[in-house]
Parts: sequence; structure tokens; C-alpha cells
Amino acid sequence: MSMNNQGRVTRLSGEPMAELPGGVTFTGNRGLMLEEPLLFERGATTRCGVDLPPVPVVQDRLGGLARSAEIGLPGLSEPETVRHYTRLSRQNYGIDLGIFPLGSCTMKHNPRLNEKMARLPGFADIHPMQPQSTVQGALQLIDTLAHWLKTLTGMPEVAMSPKAGAHGELCGMLAIRAALEARGDARKVVLVPESAHGTNPATAAFCGYAVENIPANARGRVDVDALLARLGPDVAAVMITNPNTCGLFEPDLIQICDAVHAAGGFVYCDGANFNAIVGRVRPGDLGVDAMHINLHKTFSTPHGGGGPGSGPVVFSAALAPFAPLPFVRKAGDALELVEEYQARESQDHGQSFGRMVAFHGQMGMFVRALAYILSHGADGLRQVAEDAVLNANYILASLKDLYTAPFAASGPCMHEALFSDDFLHDTGLTTLDLAKAMIDEGFHPMTMYFPLVVHGAMLVEPTETESKASLDQLIGAMRSVATRMLADPDAFRSSPHLAPRRRLDETAAARKPVLGYKEPLGEAA
Amino acid sequence: MRYLPLTQPDREAMLATIGAADIDALFADVPDSARLTAPIAGLPMHAPEMLVERQLAAMAAKNLTAGTVPFFVGAGAYKHHVPATVDHIIQRGEFLTAYTPYQPEIAQGTLQVLFEFQTQVARLLGMEVANASMYDGSTAMTEAVFMARRVTRRAKAIVSGGVHPHYVSVLQTLTQFTDDVVVTATPELTPGAPGDDLASLIAAIDATTSCVIVQNPNLFGHVADLTPLADACHAAGALLIVVVTEVVSLGAIKSPGEMGADIVVGEGQSIGNGLNFGGPYLGLFACRDKHVRQMPGRLCGETVDADGKRGFVLTLSTREQHIRREKATSNICTNSGLCALAFSVHLTLLGEQGLRQLAALNHARAVQLAERLARIPGVELVTTQFFNEFTLKLPVAARSVVRKLADRQVLAGVSLGRLYPGVAALENGLLVAVTETATDADFDALEDALDEVLA
Repeated sequence: MSMNNQGRVTRLSGEPMAELPGGVTFTGNRGLMLEEPLLFERGATTRCGVDLPPVPVVQDRLGGLARSAEIGLPGLSEPETVRHYTRLSRQNYGIDLGIFPLGSCTMKHNPRLNEKMARLPGFADIHPMQPQSTVQGALQLIDTLAHWLKTLTGMPEVAMSPKAGAHGELCGMLAIRAALEARGDARKVVLVPESAHGTNPATAAFCGYAVENIPANARGRVDVDALLARLGPDVAAVMITNPNTCGLFEPDLIQICDAVHAAGGFVYCDGANFNAIVGRVRPGDLGVDAMHINLHKTFSTPHGGGGPGSGPVVFSAALAPFAPLPFVRKAGDALELVEEYQARESQDHGQSFGRMVAFHGQMGMFVRALAYILSHGADGLRQVAEDAVLNANYILASLKDLYTAPFAASGPCMHEALFSDDFLHDTGLTTLDLAKAMIDEGFHPMTMYFPLVVHGAMLVEPTETESKASLDQLIGAMRSVATRMLADPDAFRSSPHLAPRRRLDETAAARKPVLGYKEPLGEAA
Repeated sequence: MRYLPLTQPDREAMLATIGAADIDALFADVPDSARLTAPIAGLPMHAPEMLVERQLAAMAAKNLTAGTVPFFVGAGAYKHHVPATVDHIIQRGEFLTAYTPYQPEIAQGTLQVLFEFQTQVARLLGMEVANASMYDGSTAMTEAVFMARRVTRRAKAIVSGGVHPHYVSVLQTLTQFTDDVVVTATPELTPGAPGDDLASLIAAIDATTSCVIVQNPNLFGHVADLTPLADACHAAGALLIVVVTEVVSLGAIKSPGEMGADIVVGEGQSIGNGLNFGGPYLGLFACRDKHVRQMPGRLCGETVDADGKRGFVLTLSTREQHIRREKATSNICTNSGLCALAFSVHLTLLGEQGLRQLAALNHARAVQLAERLARIPGVELVTTQFFNEFTLKLPVAARSVVRKLADRQVLAGVSLGRLYPGVAALENGLLVAVTETATDADFDALEDALDEVLA
């Protein structure tokens, strides 16, 4: 028991909670937790939340193809629309609510300045096919961001158009394939460490390569001997993540790059974890040939519930001529967007592997990322990496006596701390149970079951935008949950209990997929 | 630095807990030769919000903003009015700052939105099932070609001349190192039916054809009945892929599904999303139920929780890269979640009645402008059945006309010369798009300026 500042008794954390009288509410709501039906159950095709001008009467030119059948799109008035989506929003966890320690995802604070800048009409209300003389400021923004990305990575070229990390991987691997084809080298194999993101092997396969896995060593790094032994004239590239998905720096990457180059191959670096080293290490100094940068990770553009992302790719001099179109270059006093026809005339980009997207990439994300970069500057970005790494090591140090930390003995981690559920072995509980228990504590769980090289992995990435108090609260909760799980395992087999939903039946969802709403028989939309 | 909460005493206390002498000790694995000891030279240091705002606003001010001038640019991205409510909803932190809904118990907001989005998209496109969005229309089209190959186990894709040339380029880029065979056609400005030659497409279908790809309305604005093409595809065991780059059109014209499409992809930017100089946009992807397990991208499905309450989860993930790795249907991971939310909110505000009125308004205004411009001496209206975009044939190369009109602060459209560099037969073509945002005064300005430049 404790007191508030007027002397009234307040509940201390950890005391049991009161039960709801009768256990149910009429509405299904629980105080501020509001249930919300589907749009299709609330709306009507005749309801509308916009006012449009009258339609002038003309003889139509639709060629007899007018759409006559009902489409089935319900509408809502504006107040109902606001309420529908606001209620839905409250069933979501986001960084604005609390720490989001999802390893490998870099869920950092999304500055609102970024949003404000992206909405300037001079960026938001310009068309990708306007004459270039009318979009010089937009090209300047892209060019400025490109300069920062090249300088921060120590790489001579950057492709801005890829739409996300995996799309960036594709861009990098296409450039590698194009470079090899250009010298008549038909290599067929790409080596990928076991710990890699699933996008890596999927991308290599998409580019027509056979994928071979390289094991990890006992220290959580790539088994360098195994990798070097596999190099040869059939190996097109090695795809390697640095820092890797165990949250560890690959100390032998320079040696690996040298060996791959000597064997005639290229090194693709998955840059998803660039946040750990920005301003402290330039990947170009390590010898990599291509690396994507997730602007939605390192450079703070919002994840938006699953996108949009943005994945510019930096290139070494060897791959630069093969970079995709379009790109921005200086043309006298102006900037020029080089599209296909000009490239055919120009020598320097005559080997481009082509176009990856309809237009020029994620401009809205570029603006946000540049706002973030200019805010931090060279000194602030270095501090970002340092604080991200410090926060992760603080979590590792504060939990490793209780949680199994498979690689803690081999030294500090980078920006994320990796644990496993071995310590729960005798309880029959798993990483999943622990993650769901963290939901009841009011946290978004850590990444579960990734990387695959650790059984029952839990990957915790706090990022630099968490305060020490926030970390202490997470650590306190993780210690308390683990301790209680060890003491009373049965109490944790069906968490969460307090979230908007209990555990969801994913097996049923996949066995008989219901992927859209269907009106009950006898009802129209 | 305003985004970094740690204080120096915090850092020292944390280093003590860790047992590290200083921050450099935590970077011990970095080889000395690659270790930077100071902020990278030649880059500016951190800056207050006010200064960043000033710097970016100066760049923004150099651009000619669509909303400030007579504006008729389309070709795959369209300026529609987006209600203020849309931007408010997508800026709610619970949507904006959430991740992919991998923990469904605390992501029901995003998941229910995706379930509603999938339903809206499927109905709009006239299909049975839609996914939770792709990067953009062009990448969605390429994914559709790969999906058709998986379904039919055939490798030849036939692309109509009416498909946006940038979409065709993306497809060519991504098939250059695979065994896919992509057959393309150079479009012609055939009066009344520019772009597609449906009879030639039908004649080209054979037993090795996996799919035929056609855009409707096509790049030139032409609207076609695709039913005979669908029948010909199905008779040969091939799939019909229909691309829609202006989805507002589906409030006025028959859906691809009604015309027999097997896969429909689209650029969803027109609903809920601004121009943004080309991105972020959102790819739409829909197909028939029987092919759903070959579909790329994320899917949200309905299920129940442990208490029997309805809830939603990401499902059929055994198609995806994080499970299947090199055997996945696609390497796609990120989608366009927030753009999909914007699309969904806007379409909810419109409802069917509003969408139909918006589409009717776009069409009527386009007809009015087309008929006015066709009266200018030397200007020919090539597209005679269209939705809100049409092709004019000018007496001179359209590229220079577009530039001259831009100098007069009129953004007249997209020249076919820019889209098809080096194709002499198309260089006099001008694509003009008309939405509800164009006023009578804008019409006057375009007509006068075009008249003057051509005189």
C-alpha cells in the first residue's frame, strides 16, 4: 500500500486486481477498451462522408462499359469514420506508447518534425512526371540525402529507388548479377549464413542463384573457415549481415571481403542493423560491394504497421556502373533526373541493370530521413550508435544472470541483446509464453524465434531513443516475469489475459482462410 | 540532442553496470583499421528543429506545387482531393508507429484495418481475394507475372502495348536473369483505340503462354472490353492479368473481375494518397480464391481467440520468406501498410455512392476538357473512349510543348516522348489527365496556353 500526494491510499503494483462484478459488460467493452465492429457491419453503400460538387451532364464516353452491378463498398459519415478508426487504433501498440524492443527491426522514436516536413506541399504535392525544371528542390533533396548516405557508408554510389529493405537486397543482387554477366562469368551460387534474415535467401533465389548456407560458430559469428573453404569459381556472392542477426559485429569481415574478391565474387551486406555502427564504422572501409539501408530503421521513418519502407542501396566502385535507373546527377547549375533514354546515350551508366519501380522511389521517406539526419548531424548520428549499443549492453548485463544469453561470454553485443529460453526448459514454457506474458505487463515483446541459429531465440533491441528509466522498467518486468514463470509455470501457459485479445488461433486461420468479409446470407452490404 | 534521452551520468552508470571502461570497449570487435575516432568530417553537426525546418522548406519552395497551378499530369499517378480526416487518422501514433502485426493480441487495430482493406480492394477490383498491399503498381505487376508462372508452369508473358512503359521496364529488369520470356509490343496511336491491339494479343497466345498483361484504362486512357481476351486466355490455359493505375475509374467502368481477369494488380495511390513525387504509393494485388496459396505478400485472415472472440492474424505465412526462405513465393517483407490505411479511410468516407459520384465527376470533367481541346486547330483527340485521361496528338513534338506550358505555369500533362524516348511515331502524343480538382479556370488556362504555344 502507498499514498498519493493527498494522503489517499493507492494500489501498489503487484497487488491482485479487483474482479469485474458479474464478470461481463453488456457491450463487451471494458472501460476505455472499446470493441469495434467491422466497417461492413456498420456502414452502408448509401452513406457518404464527403461532399462532392454536382456532376455536369455530358454524353459519356465509356464505350458501353459502365459499371452497373453493386460493388459492395459501405461508407460512413465523417464522424463515424473518425470514431471507427480511432477505436481501432486503440487496439494497437506503438512506439508512442512505450518501448518496442523488437530485435532486428529498430523501432526507434519517429520524430514529428519528419512528418511535418514530408507534408510540405512542395514535397507532398508534386507529381513524379512534372517537367524537371519544376522539381529542382525535390531533386536537391534526393541528391542531399544521397550524399549523406554515401558519406556515412564510405561508398561511392547509391541507388535511391528501392522501396524497402528486401527490395534493396534485390537491387544489390541484380547489380552483382549484372556485373558478373558483363564479364561473361556465369556463377551460380550465393552463400548465406544460417543466421540471415529470410529475405536474403529469398532474394538470391529470385535472382536465379542456388543458395547454400554457411554455419555459425560457437561465438555467434559466421564460421569463417567454412566460408573460405566454400569459395570458388562458382560462388557469385556472399550475403552477410553486419552487425549480424545475433547482434554481434563480424570481426573478420575485412578478411572475408578480401577472400571473396580474390575468388572473383562480391559481398552483399544486409544493412538492416546499420543503426549499431552509423558514424562509428563505414561499411565501405570493411570492403563490402553493396548494402541496403532501411530508412525505416536507422533513419527513423515510421513503420506504419508494416510499411511503407525505403531501402536505398550503396555500391562500391566495382558495382556502381550497374546501378539502377533513374538517378539524379548534376547538369551544369541544375540537377537532372536521368531516365532510360539519356542513360543509353551516356557512357557512365550504360551498363545499368534497369528500372526497379515505376517512378523515383519513396520521396516521402527521403524527406523524413533527411529531416532526421540533419537534426542529428555527424556528431549526433555517432551518438545514436553509441547509445543504441550502450542500451543493448545494459539490458544484456542486467538479465544475463537469469536469462540464457548464449553469446554473452564472448564479449559485448552491438545494438541488440540475444537470449534463449533454455532457462525455462524445466517449466515446459517457451519463448512464446514469455513474450505473451510481456504483453500483459504492457510491453511489446521482443523478436521471437529469430535468428534461427539459437533455439527459442529472444532478440531485444531497445534503440537509442529509450531512457534509462524506460530500460529499467523493461528489465524489471522481464526479471519479474521470468522469476514468476520459474516459480509457477502453470500461471503462464495461456498469457496474455489483459490484451484486447487472448491468444489467437493461427492454425485455424491458415487451415480454412477467411481473407475478406462476406455478408451473412440474405443481407446486402 | 533532442531525440536522445540518456544523460552523461546515465551513460556512466550504465557502463559501470556493464563493467565496461568506456563506450569504445563496447565496439571492441571493430577492427582498428575500420574504427572512426571522431564524427565523419565534411558533414554538418546536429541542428535545432527550427533550422532543419528552414533548410527543408527552402528546398520545398523550389518546386512548382500541383495545387497552385492548372494541373493535368497523370500517367500512373493522379491528383485527387484527399479529405483531411485521412491524414489525421494515419498520423495517430498507434497506427503510425506500430510495426508489422506479428503480435496479433496487441495489433488488432492494424489487422482489422488490413482485413477491411483486403475486402474493399477485392470488391473494387471485382475479385475474390486481395492481399494486404505491395510496394507499388509496377512491382505488383511483376509479382503477378511470377505468380502466373507458378500457377501455369509456363514461362511466356505477353505484355500489351497499352501497359505503362515504366511497368514494362520493371518487369524486364526483374526477368532479365530468369527463364521468363517477356513478349512486348510497341504501342501505336490508332485513332479510337490507341495502345492495345487486342486481336494481335489473342493471336499471340499459344500453349506456352502463362499470361497476358493488359492495362485498363490503358496508358493512353483507352477503356476496352477485355472479355474476349479473357476468353482466349482461358481457352489456352493462360491467365489474364489486368493492371489498373487509376483505381477511381472502377467507380465508373466495369471491373477487371467482371471481364474475366484472373489476377488484378493496381496502383492504389489515387485513393487516399498524395502525389509525393512518386512514393510512397501502394500496390494492389487480387486474384481468384483457387490461386491464393500462390499469391505473394502479406495476408490477413479472420480467426478466434482463446475466449472465442473474433480476431485477426497474418496468415498463410508458409508462402513467405521468413518461413520458406529461398523457396518463398516472393522476397517481399515490408508492404505499404500506412498507405493502405489511407486508402481504406478515404474509401470508407466515400462509400459506394461517393466513389460512383467521384468517378462520374472525373469522367464528365474529362469529357468536357477533351472536347474543348480537340477544337484547337491541329489538335486531334486520339482516345475516344476513356475515363479521366486521354491522349491528344499535337502537330509538333509534345515534349517541347509541355516545357513551354510549364514556363507559363501550366502543368499540361505527360508527353509520350518522355515515356517512349526515341519512338518517333509517338512523340507528338500528349497525355492529359483530369480529376475533380481541376476548375473551369484551369481549363481556360490550359486551352489558352496550348492555343498560344501551337499558334
